[in-house]
Amino acid sequence: MRTGGVRATARITARGDGRGGTELPVLEGEGPLAPRRTRGSGAQARVVLVGAMSGPLGGDHLTVHVRAATGARLLVGSAAATIALPGQAKGDARYDVRLTVEDGAELHWLPEQLISARGSELRVVTRVEAAPTARLVLREEQVLGRVGEEPGRLTSRLALRIGGRTVLDQELACGPGAPGGWDGPAVLDGHRAVGQLLLVRPEFAEAPVGARPVAEGAVLVPLAGPAALVTATAPDARLLRRALDAALSALG
Amino acid sequence: MSRAALLVLADGRFPAGGHAHSGGAEEAVRTGRITDAASLESFCRGRLHTAGLVAAALAAAAALGCDPAALDAAADARTPSPALRTAARRLGRQLMRAARATWPGLELDAVAREFPRGVHQPVVLGLAARAAGLGAADAAHCAVYESVGGPATATVRLLSLDPFDATAVLARLAPEMDRTADTAVSAAHRVRKGGPDELPAASAPLLEIGAEAHAARPVRLFAS
Repeated sequence: MRTGGVRATARITARGDGRGGTELPVLEGEGPLAPRRTRGSGAQARVVLVGAMSGPLGGDHLTVHVRAATGARLLVGSAAATIALPGQAKGDARYDVRLTVEDGAELHWLPEQLISARGSELRVVTRVEAAPTARLVLREEQVLGRVGEEPGRLTSRLALRIGGRTVLDQELACGPGAPGGWDGPAVLDGHRAVGQLLLVRPEFAEAPVGARPVAEGAVLVPLAGPAALVTATAPDARLLRRALDAALSALG
Repeated sequence: MSRAALLVLADGRFPAGGHAHSGGAEEAVRTGRITDAASLESFCRGRLHTAGLVAAALAAAAALGCDPAALDAAADARTPSPALRTAARRLGRQLMRAARATWPGLELDAVAREFPRGVHQPVVLGLAARAAGLGAADAAHCAVYESVGGPATATVRLLSLDPFDATAVLARLAPEMDRTADTAVSAAHRVRKGGPDELPAASAPLLEIGAEAHAARPVRLFAS
């Protein structure tokens, strides 16, 4: 049973302003979720999620809705890493991310790392709904424990639908209490940072990427749809970011 | 339900081509992640709870009569590695051929006709179980056993591991296999009502990364 946790929702909606730029008709947050518009570049609007409190803590339920409507060019980042911590409240914490990218829109969802601190229990679910001509760059990075620390329990699901069809559905469970073998040679093998870079581009339907290694411990693959995925494991957060940055620049 | 039919379907000698695949064990041995019985056990346990669970739920759902095309698409979404998608469809074709010869029936014929390029092996496994008069739990048990039996047998060849040690690994995993099969069957019943998004999506990053590295190697003992 959940008691006493924080419930908070942030909503960001972007759309083309008809003059080649992007406007943000909705930019709302509450509690620990505070979206702030920052200086963009060109047609792209930029929003930073500023964590007004540390968290999520046990029992919290945070939700972020981002909608990139037709003509929008939107980049959403975060001011700092998100640290899952144990809380006073009972039960695990939930962090739900719902991203909607409409036809002719482009969303870059590039938050900082999610760090699973010792004793925390967090379930993250990221669901992306992309229209057939939508474009997306999404980065997710999970770090198991702060430096030298045992991780908490983290379950992270990433699902992508394009034109209503599920193209990717992946869930990684790790930390104490996760199903056995999570730290073994089939799953993470002692790596303390794991991440994914997900790209949706309509042109991938005609010209999918070729599967190839893109950095140490990172492989690029074409999905069964107009999308590509980089999966990377690394000893730590810094090396993971380096691998994912290399992958992104290799993709142009 | 026929217990003997289950043994026929689950038998490693069933001519469906599974012996040519190591379930990622060959790449794990090459890169030093599997070196002995203990690391084999840890590998198998991780595979069981990720790829094994997903395969078992797909097989159980197919055995319950869920739409094979929808299950095949769901398997694609849960298999980012194209090398693994190709291997799963090749194994699916081989199992389909063996199952149609073993348990002839209209349902298998129809699926084989509709998908000439094959469907993911666990989906065919569920259909084969149906054709053999078996149920969802039987299909799930076959899938979880295969998910660890393949790597264990391959590791005996790759590392010259003592076959007794490899079999002991499988025996130690048996209670977890049973629980995983139960979880898969529960998920399959939810799929029947709620559609394929109800399937588990448990993933193993190193199996995905390793499968692509393995596929790029010029010399391999196993196909995957």
